[in-house]
Amino acid sequence: MAAKRPGGWAARLMGLDRRIIFALIFLATGLPLLFPVNLPITPSPRVRAAFDTVDRQPPGTYVLMSLDYEPDIKAELQPMAIAVLRHCFRKGLKPIVLTLYPAAPGLIERALVIAGTAEGKKRNEDYVFLGYKSGSQSVILGLGESIRQMFPNDFWGTPLDKIPMMKGKNSFADFPLVINLSGSSIADYYIRIAATRYQRPMVLGATAVMATDYYPYLSSKQILGLIGGMKGAAEYEKLMDITGDARRGMDAQSLIHVTIAILVLLGNLALFLTGGFRPGGSGGSREGTGR
Amino acid sequence: MNGVETWIAAILTICVFSFLYRDNPLYRFAEHLFVGSAAGYLLAVQYQNVIKPNVVERIASGNMLAFIPLAMGLLVLGRLWEKTTPISRWAIAFYVGIYSGIAIPSYLQAQVFAQLADAVKPFEPGWHAINSVLILLGFLSVVAYFFFSAPHKGVHGAAARVGIWFLMIAFGASFGYTVMARASLLIDRVLFLLRDALHVLPAI
Amino acid sequence: MRYGPLLVTFVVGTALVAMFFIPHHKVQEGQSVLLDWANVVYAFALILGSLSLWASHQRKFLSRAEGWPYSFVTLAALAFVTIAGVVQGVEEGTLVNRYYNMVNSPLASTMFALLAFFIASAAFRAFRARNAEATLLLGTAIIMMIGRVSVGEFLWSGFPPVTEWLLDVPNLAAKRAIALGIGLGAVSTALKIILGIDRSYLGRS
Repeated sequence: MAAKRPGGWAARLMGLDRRIIFALIFLATGLPLLFPVNLPITPSPRVRAAFDTVDRQPPGTYVLMSLDYEPDIKAELQPMAIAVLRHCFRKGLKPIVLTLYPAAPGLIERALVIAGTAEGKKRNEDYVFLGYKSGSQSVILGLGESIRQMFPNDFWGTPLDKIPMMKGKNSFADFPLVINLSGSSIADYYIRIAATRYQRPMVLGATAVMATDYYPYLSSKQILGLIGGMKGAAEYEKLMDITGDARRGMDAQSLIHVTIAILVLLGNLALFLTGGFRPGGSGGSREGTGR
Repeated sequence: MNGVETWIAAILTICVFSFLYRDNPLYRFAEHLFVGSAAGYLLAVQYQNVIKPNVVERIASGNMLAFIPLAMGLLVLGRLWEKTTPISRWAIAFYVGIYSGIAIPSYLQAQVFAQLADAVKPFEPGWHAINSVLILLGFLSVVAYFFFSAPHKGVHGAAARVGIWFLMIAFGASFGYTVMARASLLIDRVLFLLRDALHVLPAI
Repeated sequence: MRYGPLLVTFVVGTALVAMFFIPHHKVQEGQSVLLDWANVVYAFALILGSLSLWASHQRKFLSRAEGWPYSFVTLAALAFVTIAGVVQGVEEGTLVNRYYNMVNSPLASTMFALLAFFIASAAFRAFRARNAEATLLLGTAIIMMIGRVSVGEFLWSGFPPVTEWLLDVPNLAAKRAIALGIGLGAVSTALKIILGIDRSYLGRS
């Protein structure tokens, strides 16, 4: 006769079909979107610092905005872009927008239309969209010397010299603020080149995966504010008193996080009850080579 | 996107999600379609935004210097055949030299000097000094952990152990944020299906 | 036989380092030209990658190997998008742009969205507090997951300050050390490449 396995429900839990976990995550996503609760959002100090940096620019200040994301990561960065653009428009700032991602122009044009319509702003009078240029690091280095060399025309083919708003604006030196919203190492290039080499005040918006890596640059004042992920975008929307996809998604975000946290705790509890967990011991530090 | 395009996008989305149940022909079709489309798009963009303005149009306008990058590009294609692989090294050497040269001053300035300067700044006043001490302690102990040219014994070993604790906290924080990032992408897809495809949620 | 390419690397690399320190506009224009040439080389490297992809799927298709119909899908998509993009362009309103929004974008987004499910499943199965360090990692992750979303501050008002402290102090300290290590590593690798000590990028002789 087979012995009864210790911790029966725990052992069954350990062998839980992953499709049940997938179904739980699907429900955790869909239900809050269909039945929103609108949990409170309190802006964090880093997002508030980003907001305040933009907010204290006097009207008429030119801002160079590099929006570098593609449709596959727009979930976090498109709401951020719309919120920051609306902030710039409300303060009477003049954003000059560009992108270093080839599939981004369509998204950015939509963001500009949404933000511009909401705040009553017009293309080439209140903002300029330069479009896409290939090269990443080489383009950013080029912006330090001559914008017109990198972007002779705007996105719609109008020569920059024929746009009155672009008069006298030709390099990083002409922009008191640089804003980069990025889902890749382009953020590092802007920090190294725009913020450090050309000493431009800079605000960074990054995907959540990358956000924790940029705290050292906040401390060293290489960046003056950090908007991280969908939560950061939701906080910025809260500060702007607008409701975009970031705020709409926060209830679902909360429930997904709680679900995963509970699953992790249950997994550890089940392992403990089935005797597979041996607390104590250490990972140990690696021995050096002794050279 | 119009209605038909939205529905095609929705169907492709569901084809990929079907993988969650199990691997199936619909998912494999979507996967192979994505691979081909992504590679083709990358090629088209590189031609329109790099090769055409920097090579084709410059040569057409009489700029003979543009033959240099064209020649280097063709050298890279030498890797397609074993006999011509050695000639591709010239172009690769050029490319690697360019970005190695850019890397040295920019990494030194932004990541080494700037971070060291911030690490040795005076402590914050009052109770915040505790945080400043912890940051300095953490920084030195993690640097000690990553120094493998000496064995992790004695004081160095103890410092490395403390460094591991700081690293575990940092990686835990990164994991938490990574979950947020992945969840955001899923929320976006479900919002698309509910709002744009099924019209269950109001359009914005 | 490799001395030529090594010399090219040395000359070009040294020139780019020197150009960082010379602000004269002619020097900076020269730097721009060199960077444009590097972008062209990169574009041809991508062409090389796509040709390899084509060759691999073509072999599978012609030999009717397992999964050959899917290889046909890849080849057809690659050919269509490349030809349409080269002929008509990729701007807003073109056939390729509409195709991108209808096919590439949802497929890429959904592939990434799958990760949310797998991260949940992997966390349940593999995230174990087996020792002190793993417990520290797991504890921090749970505090961050709950504390950084709205439900965290709803459950306990202390969650946000705790998560901010974790990010501003231990996370900052560790990431600063990592950034320093990456910076020093990148500089030493770049120096070794320019001086010809590291020749791995040239491949086997």
